[in-house]
Amino acid sequence: MRKIDIAVVDYGMGNLRSVSKALEHVAPNKHVLVTSNPVDIANAERIVFPGQGAMPDCIRELDARGLRDSVIHAASNKPFLGICIGLQMLFEHSEEGDAAGLGLFKGTVKRFAAAEMHDANGAKLKVPHMGWNQVYQSLNQQSQAHALWSNIEDGARFYYVHSYYVQPDDLAIVGGYSEYPKRFTSAIAKDNLFAVQFHPEKSATAGLQMLSNFVNWLP
Amino acid sequence: MLAKRIIPCLDVTNGRVVKGINFLELRDAGDPVEIAKRYDEQGADELTFLDITASSDNRGLILHIIEEVAAQVFIPLTVGGGVREVEDVRRLLNAGADKVSINTTAVLNPQMVQDAASRFGSQCIVVAIDAKKVDNQSFEWEVFTHGGRKATGLDAVKWAEYMAKLGAGELLVTSMDRDGTKIGFNNPLNRAISNAVDVPIIASGGVGNLQHLVDGVKDGGADAVLAASIFHYGEYTVKQAKEYMQKNGIEVRL
Repeated sequence: MRKIDIAVVDYGMGNLRSVSKALEHVAPNKHVLVTSNPVDIANAERIVFPGQGAMPDCIRELDARGLRDSVIHAASNKPFLGICIGLQMLFEHSEEGDAAGLGLFKGTVKRFAAAEMHDANGAKLKVPHMGWNQVYQSLNQQSQAHALWSNIEDGARFYYVHSYYVQPDDLAIVGGYSEYPKRFTSAIAKDNLFAVQFHPEKSATAGLQMLSNFVNWLP
Repeated sequence: MLAKRIIPCLDVTNGRVVKGINFLELRDAGDPVEIAKRYDEQGADELTFLDITASSDNRGLILHIIEEVAAQVFIPLTVGGGVREVEDVRRLLNAGADKVSINTTAVLNPQMVQDAASRFGSQCIVVAIDAKKVDNQSFEWEVFTHGGRKATGLDAVKWAEYMAKLGAGELLVTSMDRDGTKIGFNNPLNRAISNAVDVPIIASGGVGNLQHLVDGVKDGGADAVLAASIFHYGEYTVKQAKEYMQKNGIEVRL
């Protein structure tokens, strides 16, 4: 069987074509496989864990395919990139449908609060937060940005579409943040795991650079 | 902060990009894949493809075009035109669309909007509203369907609220009075809808110069502005449009 370089976890929620096409574009010599087979996830060198739609549905579909354990296991032992709901599901709990997540990280997934949705001039801010927003990179104790930010300008714009955001208890895992209008966590990083709220696969040059960084990442 | 988006729109029929005036008189503007790549290079924030093919024979063509664009252009792609059932939404998403725009079917069968949103998520469901000013005591703008040929009796602002409630993640508001006229967006219409809903709105119909884009955001309250002819025929590049908006105090991705 051909070696799987990157497995994109498919649990039946949404369109994974964009993610796999973008990975193939930055890594034309790698074997990218969209799969719902736990064996593939166990054998793959790297995992991309995307997600679209509502988090309770995503968790339900993940469980319906018996993928919970293989995703949790992969998140602990190989390069792992979560995208959008794939970030939110890593947490304990979401306000969306009052649902439990996978619980890999302490913290909650919260909805943008209606009362706060206006800019400095009082203009209404829409939900979902949809479009290109600046992402600021967190630095580690050695004042270095994470390897996945290599060759990406601090404050570069990425494409978002979401109504909920993660609020980790442990601020040490925050890998990046954005503002809408208040600051929210838009990336988390811990050991072999990196997860983002925005869509690198839809974020033009900056997004492709991040995917390329992930493909070459040796955590 | 979040940037206002510029979205070039490609009306596609029989595999070619075309542009009409007031929904009529089509003029050829080129190959969709080439045009999509050009706009991506110029910094377009998203692309919208409207399949205006009249016969069902050539409907499959749009899927091939989207597949080809999605393999080369890594920004959000919206596809609309002839979307009748949830299965059509699935087909377009599988071809590489990120959002699907629903227009006539939303009026004929609002339940389909709700079904599509609950199956694929609101983030990928756009409801397109074609509105026209009417002499009517109870409301100002009426929703039209079938490419603007059929009146519905629906108040465009109320309709927008209802569609957002059913799960539309975004609204594409086209002023039929302005489409193709190059005299600017219908900003009162856009402002009324933008104020009425929490979801983002895309202003469409009537752009003739770069000031119109600025007015669409400032006066119309649009979260994104859509234009076709000013870009297709090389009058302005997307980059020029963004620079102009930035100079006028609008946050854009440059």
